[in-house]
Amino acid sequence: MQANPSRARFAIHRAATTAAVLALALAASAQAAPAAAPSNRAVAGGAVAALPANSVYQLAVALTDQDGHDFRLADRRGKPMLVSMFYSSCQFVCPMLIDTLRDTESKLDAGERNQLGVLMVSIDPARDTVAVLRRTADERAIATPRWTMARTDAASVRKLAAVLGIQYRALADGEFNHTTALILLDADGRIVARSSQLGNADPAFVLKVRQTLQAASH
Amino acid sequence: MPLRRLVVRAVPASARGAICWLAMASVTAPLAAPTTVYVQLPAGTLNSVLAGDADTGPLTIAPFAMRTTPVTIGEFRRFVRAHPQWRRDRVAATFADAGYLQAWRTADAPGDAGGEAQPVTQVSWFAAQAYCEAEGGRLPTWSEWEYAAAADATRRDARADPAWRARILGWYSRPASDPLPKVGGKPNVYGVRDLHGVVWEWVDDFNSLLVDGDSRTGGDPDKLKFCGAGAINLQDRENYAVLMRVALLSSLNASDSTGSLGFRCVHPTH
Repeated sequence: MQANPSRARFAIHRAATTAAVLALALAASAQAAPAAAPSNRAVAGGAVAALPANSVYQLAVALTDQDGHDFRLADRRGKPMLVSMFYSSCQFVCPMLIDTLRDTESKLDAGERNQLGVLMVSIDPARDTVAVLRRTADERAIATPRWTMARTDAASVRKLAAVLGIQYRALADGEFNHTTALILLDADGRIVARSSQLGNADPAFVLKVRQTLQAASH
Repeated sequence: MPLRRLVVRAVPASARGAICWLAMASVTAPLAAPTTVYVQLPAGTLNSVLAGDADTGPLTIAPFAMRTTPVTIGEFRRFVRAHPQWRRDRVAATFADAGYLQAWRTADAPGDAGGEAQPVTQVSWFAAQAYCEAEGGRLPTWSEWEYAAAADATRRDARADPAWRARILGWYSRPASDPLPKVGGKPNVYGVRDLHGVVWEWVDDFNSLLVDGDSRTGGDPDKLKFCGAGAINLQDRENYAVLMRVALLSSLNASDSTGSLGFRCVHPTH
């Protein structure tokens, strides 16, 4: 996983304390995880290979899509995915997030697009019922079922955000703070790239999407 | 899936601080676990150090039961033996980094790495959460932890007392190379021990602490990073003692483990 230096940014206006805090943060990040080698690769005879140890799909999460269909996160294994988290009542950044996902896709040709999945998971399971997800998908002209709007329980939202490195916080007025991130998973669920650029697609991210799609098709 | 059914054996009906013993009946575990003590914390309000919460007045905290001490090495050893997917040689890299239980002599025995009564550290958020789920609970939220930790021996909220702050900051100055003390320090007014002075502790919503203490966000290229109202502003900048915890937690990934970061669990109560 990539480090996220800006997350450690923390401006207490006392230099000494800030230095101490940064030292703590650095001590923590110095133990960052190494990429694990895939374990137990496929045995002969067409058995499914074990998941890579650093796959997001190691997380057992039960989700429900905008049409009420239940699925497990790991069911998405097999093709590269763009994953993001959002909430339906968000008026500003989340619509931009959808636009950015769409713009990223628009840089691909039709064949590439068909090989790519898009999964958006709500951080607001209390309000984002299946019906609300369906309505949001319709209002935003989301190309379901290739795109999926999904929900899960609150504890699983926290775990999924933890796996994806997304921060979010419920506010008293019903809004959420959250980091916006487009996350690219390879066909086995490993995080390949992430982008927090909103608006126009991030060219470096688009390139990664292309490369990951090419690798998956071989 | 809970390893053992938690049985509330006794809940004295007295006022705050009432202790309930969650006796761990060994239904499936071959290893007998010692009694794990939780204490009941009453509902209340909290003026959090986080301004995002203070904007709309104090937070309301629902009652919950909290472990009186952090989870120890001995307790975590029993957990790892009962749930071998959490051994350091079997855990998926998604859930724990290379530092996970690194000081243990073997994958399921701490050896001389520390006494059984020392708090377990070098555990990732995922491992801590899994432990608490096996005990039928979860990690405390930041608000729950802050609420419990605001107390001293006689007051529910001692945070304005310079002596309270000085004690905590004194702990921070202890060299990290010193061995961790055993759990079982002096109880606070609720009967909870070791919230300060032993280890940092994971919280359930560690990834909710979007800290951006600098209020000069105008023109900040990172502005759009945060949806809604933006990052947390710090309400009580004088309270370094607590804010340093926020800073640490907000800098962590869920798979990180460090030698001074442990955890305890809570149960919601009704």
